[in-house]
Amino acid sequence: MVPVTYYIALSVILFVIGAVGFLIRRNLIVMFMSIELMLNAANLAFVAFSRQQLAMDGQVIVFFVMTVAAAEVAVGLAIIIALFRHRETLNADEIRILRW
Amino acid sequence: MVMPDVSWAVLLPTLLITGTGFAVLMADLAVTGPEKDGLGWIGLIGLAVAAIASVALWNTAETSFAATIVLDRYAVFFNVLFCIAAGLTLLMSMDYLGTIDLHSGEYYALILLATAGMFLMAAANDLIVLFLGLETMSVAAYVLAGIWRPDLRSSEAAMKYFLLGAFATGFLLFGIALLYGAFQTTALGPIARELGASGGLQRVLAGGGMALLLVGFAFKIAAVPFHAWAPDVYEGSPTTVTAFMAVGVKAAAFAGFVRVFMHTFAAFAVEWSAVLAVMAVATMTLGNLAALRQNNIKRLLAYSSIAHAGYLLVGMVAGTPAAGAAVLYYLLAYTLMNTGAFAVVIALGRRGEPNESLDDFDGVGMRYPLLGFCMTVFMLSLAGIPTLAGFTGKFYLFSAAVQQGYVWLAIIGILNSVVSMYYYGGVLMRMFMADGGKDVQGTAHRPYLAATIAASAFGTVFLGIFPSWAYELAHAAFLSLR
Repeated sequence: MVPVTYYIALSVILFVIGAVGFLIRRNLIVMFMSIELMLNAANLAFVAFSRQQLAMDGQVIVFFVMTVAAAEVAVGLAIIIALFRHRETLNADEIRILRW
Repeated sequence: MVMPDVSWAVLLPTLLITGTGFAVLMADLAVTGPEKDGLGWIGLIGLAVAAIASVALWNTAETSFAATIVLDRYAVFFNVLFCIAAGLTLLMSMDYLGTIDLHSGEYYALILLATAGMFLMAAANDLIVLFLGLETMSVAAYVLAGIWRPDLRSSEAAMKYFLLGAFATGFLLFGIALLYGAFQTTALGPIARELGASGGLQRVLAGGGMALLLVGFAFKIAAVPFHAWAPDVYEGSPTTVTAFMAVGVKAAAFAGFVRVFMHTFAAFAVEWSAVLAVMAVATMTLGNLAALRQNNIKRLLAYSSIAHAGYLLVGMVAGTPAAGAAVLYYLLAYTLMNTGAFAVVIALGRRGEPNESLDDFDGVGMRYPLLGFCMTVFMLSLAGIPTLAGFTGKFYLFSAAVQQGYVWLAIIGILNSVVSMYYYGGVLMRMFMADGGKDVQGTAHRPYLAATIAASAFGTVFLGIFPSWAYELAHAAFLSLR
């Protein structure tokens, strides 16, 4: 059996990729995907810990997180579209009527 | 399979607000155009009922749903605070939305649903419930920020708020995952008990989890260095939504922050309070210095709200029950005076002319003496002038810090208040000393807006002159954390 530390290491790596991706990428959709990666890194950690402890809570929490993430996607994409209708761009650096 | 015991009373305030939100959505189908602003009344009634129900449950102190939700005095205190914040927001929205030609039932429903999320945050006894409450509130707030779709600035504010809010959520959630790994549970009670005795890998996981939770909360309260989104979002959002975010959302974030850190993580208080002390100094100082340079009143109030988060952090650093009570009292005072200030900003604007520049304040105080008087109350209270609520709150916060030996922190706080006097006073100077300026609408034909300003001004003065009863309630509320 693969030890739980491997899963946690992978989840930390995914989380860091997500966080760094959010900070260095400038396309709104890619920034948004980076956030999803961070949430899924947390999901992986929940499932791994849950399996290690032979408990169900972690697995159930993942369903909550997925539901919340789905709600965020719905709202986030709607906001991106509302903005795109004004500006025809997805580059975060060009969206600066308000000083970022 | 054992069914957990369910006490519905614990969830009653949240259910009432959620129900009102859906009732507004249904009623929205029956009305059109400007009539939709009447939907605010349904919301106000729902908020009043929820506040009364909360107060009636003051002595409950019960948990429910397998101890994931708790209704203690702490939750009741915050419920009433959220009802005040949401109520004032709804009241002024009924006049404001017409000036931006936004007649939308969803707006009122979203305010109520965000408030339901806040209730859950204050009552959360489990990190996952806290997370769900936070998201219920935040997702509604993202939509509210961008609800004025014809306006580019509103869409842009929503985008920034959404991206950085979701980013912060990622940190918060990963922190919860690490704590779950360390303690095999997300319930606050067991974590508090086991935290002190933790060692080895468990301690590493717990420390990492706490650090990530700290980052997540710092984003939500707009503490430096996680504050960059606030001025942009506050400037771009419709002003009523800005007011709601500045008081309601911030208070809800503090409700979760204080419960989790001052109570659950009390065993690690030495470690996190050192971080928070640095953060408090940076937040107060940067917020106040940046506010000095602003020419847009909403940006000015945004930086001022960052600075106020810094003052509140001073209370969290001190960590005693007196300090906790001071934080709660200050949040209440801040809700009244800041909502009032934003209401005055709205009073200056008219259809097509938001009048959000400081130049637009020139001479307004002389031409509209009552409006000028109320703005004076709000500005002086925010600056911390005696006999007003803001002063009393700062007095409680800083004296709690001094009692714990954080004299330097209190001194920095007081110096910052002096700096803040300069820009709050600047607004008043323009209102009363400067000539010319625009002809503004004031509160003529806007009774709800006038009521909001009057209620906030009355509350600010009343809380300042008679602070002890509110402080006693805040104290009892903080002591109910267990």
